[in-house]
Amino acid sequence: MIPLVNKDSTTGHIRIEHLGVRFGRNSSAVEAVSDVSMEVMPGEFVSVIGPSGCGKSTLLNVVAGFVQPSVGTATVDGKNTDKPGADRGMVFQQYSLFPWLTVRKNVEFGLKQQGMDGSHRQQAARTLLGLAGLLAFENHYPEQLSGGMKQRVGIVRALATSPQVLLMDEPFGALDAQTRVVMQQILTNMWQRFRISVLFITHDIDESIFLSDRVYVMTSRPGLIKAEITIPLPRPRTPDMASTPEYLAIKHHLRKLISEESLKAMGGELKDGGLGGFTIEVGPHGVTELI
Amino acid sequence: MHTAPKLDFSAPDGAVLETPRLTLALSAEAKADATPGHQRRPTSDASQATPAQLAPAMPALLPVQRIAAWLRGALPGVLMTALSLGLFIAFWYFATKYRWDIYIRFTNIPSPGDVLANAANLVHSDKFYHNMWVSLRRILLGFGIATGLGVTFGLLIGQYRFARGLLLPIFEVLRPIPAIAWVPMAIMLWPSNETSIVFITFLGSFFPILLNTIHGVNSVDAVLVRAGRCLGANELALLRQVILPAALPHIFAGLTIGMGVAWVSLIAAEMISGQFGIGYFTWEAYSLIQYADIAIGMIVIGMLGLACSGGIRLLGNLLMPWLPAHANRGRA
Repeated sequence: MIPLVNKDSTTGHIRIEHLGVRFGRNSSAVEAVSDVSMEVMPGEFVSVIGPSGCGKSTLLNVVAGFVQPSVGTATVDGKNTDKPGADRGMVFQQYSLFPWLTVRKNVEFGLKQQGMDGSHRQQAARTLLGLAGLLAFENHYPEQLSGGMKQRVGIVRALATSPQVLLMDEPFGALDAQTRVVMQQILTNMWQRFRISVLFITHDIDESIFLSDRVYVMTSRPGLIKAEITIPLPRPRTPDMASTPEYLAIKHHLRKLISEESLKAMGGELKDGGLGGFTIEVGPHGVTELI
Repeated sequence: MHTAPKLDFSAPDGAVLETPRLTLALSAEAKADATPGHQRRPTSDASQATPAQLAPAMPALLPVQRIAAWLRGALPGVLMTALSLGLFIAFWYFATKYRWDIYIRFTNIPSPGDVLANAANLVHSDKFYHNMWVSLRRILLGFGIATGLGVTFGLLIGQYRFARGLLLPIFEVLRPIPAIAWVPMAIMLWPSNETSIVFITFLGSFFPILLNTIHGVNSVDAVLVRAGRCLGANELALLRQVILPAALPHIFAGLTIGMGVAWVSLIAAEMISGQFGIGYFTWEAYSLIQYADIAIGMIVIGMLGLACSGGIRLLGNLLMPWLPAHANRGRA
C-alpha cells in the first residue's frame, strides 16, 4: 500500500516519437513542438532545458495528457498519454495545493480517488510527510507554509499515488536560490528512494546538471531537440562538484548551446550578424544573461 | 556635528545585532566620514535605527490594566454609537410628541413609548410568535431550495459548455423580472398561497446565488483543476472536491446577497397575498389602525434579516476555515 520500497525498475518508460504540436489552425497556426523524439528509461532522471517559449512545457503537457499531439506519439509503458491520470504524477511551477485542504488532506487526495479508506489514507500520507520532514505541518493549510514547503508537499502529493513517472514543470522556478538548492537535494533523495522516472523541465543549467542523468536541449520555436547530453557525474552529487573541471566543461557546453538559442529567440543570428550588423561572439561569459 | 563619536556610539548597539547588519552600518558610517567636509546624509545614519530595534519588549500587562486599555480603545466607539442612536430616538420622540406636519407628516406615527408598550404586550402573544415562525419557515424553504438549485445549476453552467448553452438563456430571460412581478402568476401556478409565497422567496434569492456560483466556477485557478485530474479525479470528484470548494467563497458572497433579496421578496409577497407572516402582520396592523404594531413589525423584520445574514456568515466561517478572514474574525 505505502510506496516506500524501491519499485521494480521496468515501469516508467516514457517514449516520445516524432512528436509535433501545433496550436491554432491553417495559416495562423503556431508550431510549438516539431518532430521531437526522446526517451526516458525506467528510473532515469531526464531534464529538458531550453529558452523561454521553446515548447518544453508543451512537451510535458503532452506526456501529462493535457495537450494532444498533432503528429507523432507519446507513450508511458506503451500506453498513449491521451488523458491525464494518476500513473503520471505532476508537479507544477505554480503552487497547486488545494488551499481548502490541510497538508495531509492534500497528500491524501489522490489516494481518496483510488478508493482507499480513510485510516489507510491517513497512515500513507503521514509516512510520506514524515519522509519529507513535513509531519509537523500535517494539519496546516497551504497558506501557512513557505514556498519551499508548499512545493515539497506538491512533490509528496504527486508521489502518493505511486505513479510510474513524475513530470515536473520548472517546479523550483519561483523559489529563491538557497531554497532551490535544498529542494534539489530533497528531490534527488526522493527520486533515489522511489526509483521513479522523472521528466524535469527547467531553464536553469546548474539545476539540470545537478539533478539529471541526461539533458535534452531544445531549440526555440519551433521547439525541436538540438542536443542530448549525458551527465557522467557520479552520485550522490554535492554542491561542491560545481567547481570540478568535469562539471564546468558540461556547464560551458550547455551554456553555449542555450545562448545560441536565446539569441535566436530574440531575433538575432549568430553567424551573419543579424543584430543590426554587429557580430555577436558567444564566449563563456558572453550572452548568458539573455537566458 | 561630530561624526566620529557617533560611530563609537553605534558600535556597542550594533554588536548585539547579527553581523551583516553591523558591518553595513559601520561601512555606511565610514563612508560618510571618509568624505572630508561632506555633510552627513540622513540615509547613512543607520546607527539611529538600531536602538529602536533593540528596545526591550513591552512588559506584560496586568488583567486590570488590559481591561482599562481595552475600555480606552472601545469606549469612544460605544459612546458614539449610543449618541447616534439616542439622537435618532430623540428625533422620533419629539417629532411624534409635537405631531410635526411639515410636508412630511408625523401626525399618525406612533411614538417610541407607544411602540415599547405594544411590544410588552406582544411578547406574550402566541399569534405574534406564530407570524415570526411562518416567515422564518418560508425563508428557510425558499432560500434553501434556491441554494440547492442555484449552486447545482451554477456549477453545471460554469463547468460545462453544453449546460451553459442550454440553460443560461432561460435564466438570462427570466432574471430581469423582479420576484414581486411574479405574484399574480405564482398564485395561478401553485396550488396554495403558501407555496406561491415560498416560490417568490425562492425566485428572489435564486439568481444572486446562481450568478455568483457561475462566477466562482469561472474564476477557479486552472492549475487546481489540472492537479485534480493528474491525481486521478473523475468528473464528479472534480466537481465536488475541487471546483465546489474552490468556488465556495464566491458562493457565500451569493448566499449573503440572496438572503437579503429573499427577505425583500418575502415581505412584499406576504403584504400582497399573505396569510400569517411578519409582513402580513405589518400590513394588517395598518389596515386595523394599530399603528404601533407597524413599527414593531418593521423592527422585527430588520432583526430577523440581520440574524439570517449573521447565520450565513457563521456558516461560511465554519465551512471555510482556510480563509485568512477566519483567523482575524476575533478582531474584526
